[in-house]
Amino acid sequence: MSELRRQQLAVRFREFLPEDNVIDQRTSLATYECDGLSAYREQPLLVLLPEDTAQVRQVMRLCRELRLPVVGRGAGTSLSGGALPHADGVVLSLAKMNRILEVDELARTAVVEPGVRNLAISEAVVAKGLYYAPDPSSQIACSIGGNVAENAGGVHCLKYGLTLHNILALKVVGADGEMFEIDQRSLHTDGYDLMPLLIGSEGMLGIVVEVTVKLLPIPRCARVVMGVFDSVEKAGDSVAAIIAEGIIPAGIEMMDNPAIRAAEDFVHANYPIEAEAILICELDGTEQEVSAQIERVERVLRAGGAIETRLAKDEAERLLFWSGRKAAFPAVGRISPDYYCIDGTIPRKSLAAVLAEVRRLSEQYGLPVANVFHAGDGNLHPLILYDANIEGELERTEELGSKILKLCIHHGGTITGEHGVGIEKLGEMCVQFSDAERNQFHALRECFDPLKILNPGKAIPTLARCAEHNAMHVRGGELPFPELERF
Amino acid sequence: MTVVLDDVDIERTLQEKIAEVAASGGQVEIVGSGSKRFYGESLEAMPLDVSAHCGIIDYDPAELVITLRAGCKLAQVETLLAERRQMFGFEPPRFGEGATIGGMVATGLAGPRRAFAGSIRDFVLGVKLLDGRGQVLQFGGRVIKNVAGFDVSRLMVGALGTLGIILEVSIRVVPQPETEVTLAYEHVSVDEHIRWVNCLGSEPYPISASLWHDGRSLLRLSGSEQGVREASAQLGGEEIEWDWSEANEQRLDFFGRSEPLSRVSLPPTTPDLFPGKSQLIEWGGAQRWLFGEADIGAVRDEVAGAGGSVCAFRHHAPDVPRFHPLAPAMLTLQRNIKASFDPVGIFNPGKLYAGL
Ligand SMILES: Cc1cc2nc3c(=O)[nH]c(=O)nc-3n(C[C@H](O)[C@H](O)[C@H](O)COP(=O)(O)OP(=O)(O)OC[C@H]3O[C@@H](n4cnc5c(N)ncnc54)[C@H](O)[C@@H]3O)c2cc1C
Repeated sequence: MSELRRQQLAVRFREFLPEDNVIDQRTSLATYECDGLSAYREQPLLVLLPEDTAQVRQVMRLCRELRLPVVGRGAGTSLSGGALPHADGVVLSLAKMNRILEVDELARTAVVEPGVRNLAISEAVVAKGLYYAPDPSSQIACSIGGNVAENAGGVHCLKYGLTLHNILALKVVGADGEMFEIDQRSLHTDGYDLMPLLIGSEGMLGIVVEVTVKLLPIPRCARVVMGVFDSVEKAGDSVAAIIAEGIIPAGIEMMDNPAIRAAEDFVHANYPIEAEAILICELDGTEQEVSAQIERVERVLRAGGAIETRLAKDEAERLLFWSGRKAAFPAVGRISPDYYCIDGTIPRKSLAAVLAEVRRLSEQYGLPVANVFHAGDGNLHPLILYDANIEGELERTEELGSKILKLCIHHGGTITGEHGVGIEKLGEMCVQFSDAERNQFHALRECFDPLKILNPGKAIPTLARCAEHNAMHVRGGELPFPELERF
Repeated sequence: MTVVLDDVDIERTLQEKIAEVAASGGQVEIVGSGSKRFYGESLEAMPLDVSAHCGIIDYDPAELVITLRAGCKLAQVETLLAERRQMFGFEPPRFGEGATIGGMVATGLAGPRRAFAGSIRDFVLGVKLLDGRGQVLQFGGRVIKNVAGFDVSRLMVGALGTLGIILEVSIRVVPQPETEVTLAYEHVSVDEHIRWVNCLGSEPYPISASLWHDGRSLLRLSGSEQGVREASAQLGGEEIEWDWSEANEQRLDFFGRSEPLSRVSLPPTTPDLFPGKSQLIEWGGAQRWLFGEADIGAVRDEVAGAGGSVCAFRHHAPDVPRFHPLAPAMLTLQRNIKASFDPVGIFNPGKLYAGL
């Protein structure tokens, strides 16, 4: 791409965007060349920073006229390369659209622009006793627009739902530059319910320009109990046992020994470093309700073989228990030059089998794996430790990651619970879905974006790519579960 | 005493049937038990009975997920769940003992818990679908978190069968609450009720239903013994015996009339738009039942102005569009979506809107 073309394009966008909101200098463009999946990098032609919906519409209209690929970008924390720029396209950053437009205390809703950070919503309403429930670990940084595009989850989503369950209305600028609205404040939908299509669509169906979120009252009391186990299996079974008791914890997370050690080294959360697994279980509600439930949970944990249960004695200790879990990624980052985070989901009953197989694969590849796990909803995050400076190690890491994901499919799960497909899991999409199913995805996309300018090349692999992927794997003597139950 | 559901797989037969219909340029009306056939526009297509396709594919209570063939009887499934002290969180109405799971999903109709626990869409995790090309497609899955590909399974909820035949569906289930109580309060006006019930929402009370009719508000609390006892002590009100299915199944006297019944959906805090008219208000103010408005066009304009919509639910004149009209660009988009699943328009033609 010639520098001349870049400059010509910049002029066109500066017809309606302020000078500084069109980034065309290579040094500044470098900031945008990757998202949280930094192994993939690409420089875009331009980065555009509209300040309101009218400017987003103008950007989309010009991009359509010029057939320019458009990659939406919030905070760039995606772990699947969803916000990876297109070499022949522009990045449309929503970072300057970061105003909280309205808080309706009676209706318990907030209307926000897409660039507002997840945590900023809760911070803005905490004085009213309210909060926005989905809490991805990246919540200090990630944007609500990015959460919508990825259907982000968090440690509390077993009880309070994913992004999908906490959004009431969206305004979206389509690929044609026109705005459409999905308004479900009335808890009803006319015609097809497009909300679930848009949420999790990874920037391929439209640019989200306004979000109305549901706010919840802050629970009066939250307490955490930790179960310490000498086997991962017992910890996994205890999760099922808690749920069989009819209790839905606010959050229930599991860490295995390597993750426990890394976290303890980093934040000194007083974790038992000899344990094979810990469960961190949070209950919320009224004071007395929580006390009653905590007792039951402790009983279940002990019956399930916990060698110890620890009850956080106060709020400070509750936060300390969580701090290790919340810092698990950076903690692992400290003990290894690089790590690669996998995001498969499995039925909980397969946990022991899957973890055993992950351990075997880890040994086979000679790459250590630490596991953190949203245990309540079956969402695994194996973190593969590797060193990108060692020739071929990234490739082997990706191969191991891919095997773990296929293992998840094999056990009736899915290749991504919350991080999205992006650029990263296109190959696995070929395994999880049939040609006909992927064709349906393409057809839906074309309903919204016939010219395919929105985030092209992401999330839904082409048939040709899948033909190649699947052929390669069959040739490798490893038939990817031809008759597997994908449902 | 365990309920046993029939186990009959007619997927192949249905697939052949659809291939045949597609080849001959025909159209079908997908019928389960017909309990909710009144919902939506009436059809002139060949009825296709899909209720024989039934059976449990998978149910492990500890996973909180059940996977069913769509012909399963809702009543039987609810009994089965109750045996494991679980239930559907959205409290679906049946409108007939034969009601099927497929009809429940396709209509998307939910009950009193909807405003507090979520819609059917919120609980659907995956579907197996027979599309207009006669292909069997699977979307979503049996796990709670899944963002692989567009979320097509939830698009089926409320689509009234216009996108294809739902063969199987996986639904998240929830534990039954330990206990429930219903509290009654005198609230003369709709506005008084709406303010009150929404103010309660800013406190974490375990509310699972609300209703207003004829000067009286009802509130249901569900949850742990402890939590419900504490909340009801704080909330006061008169504890009464009340069967919420009476409202959900529309068996209350209020629903007994044969005048046009409209379902008005509004952002819950919207003030009363029909003062003096006979209304029944549910879902914290979001769902308002209104009798006797034959001139639905005027009502629709007013409600749309407040961010809501109106469905001509029962007893309206045949020429009244059942569902709130869509803006032209939105209708075009939805027609394209329909065509992507059902290119020649086999399934329930016009059930939602012309061309859908
Ligand atoms: C340390 C760490 C921890 C994490 N923990 C979690 C977690 O617990 N749970 C979880 O779900 N995720 C987690 N993530 C992943 C990531 O934070 C989420 O996917 C988040 O939702 C991305 O938001 P973002 O604003 O950074 O979006 P970006 O990364 O900028 O973009 C993500 C995708 O959304 C699209 N997009 C962004 N904004 C818009 C818009 N306005 N309109 C249309 N499309 C748009 C982009 O094109 C891209 O496809 C974590 C990431 C990190 C780095």
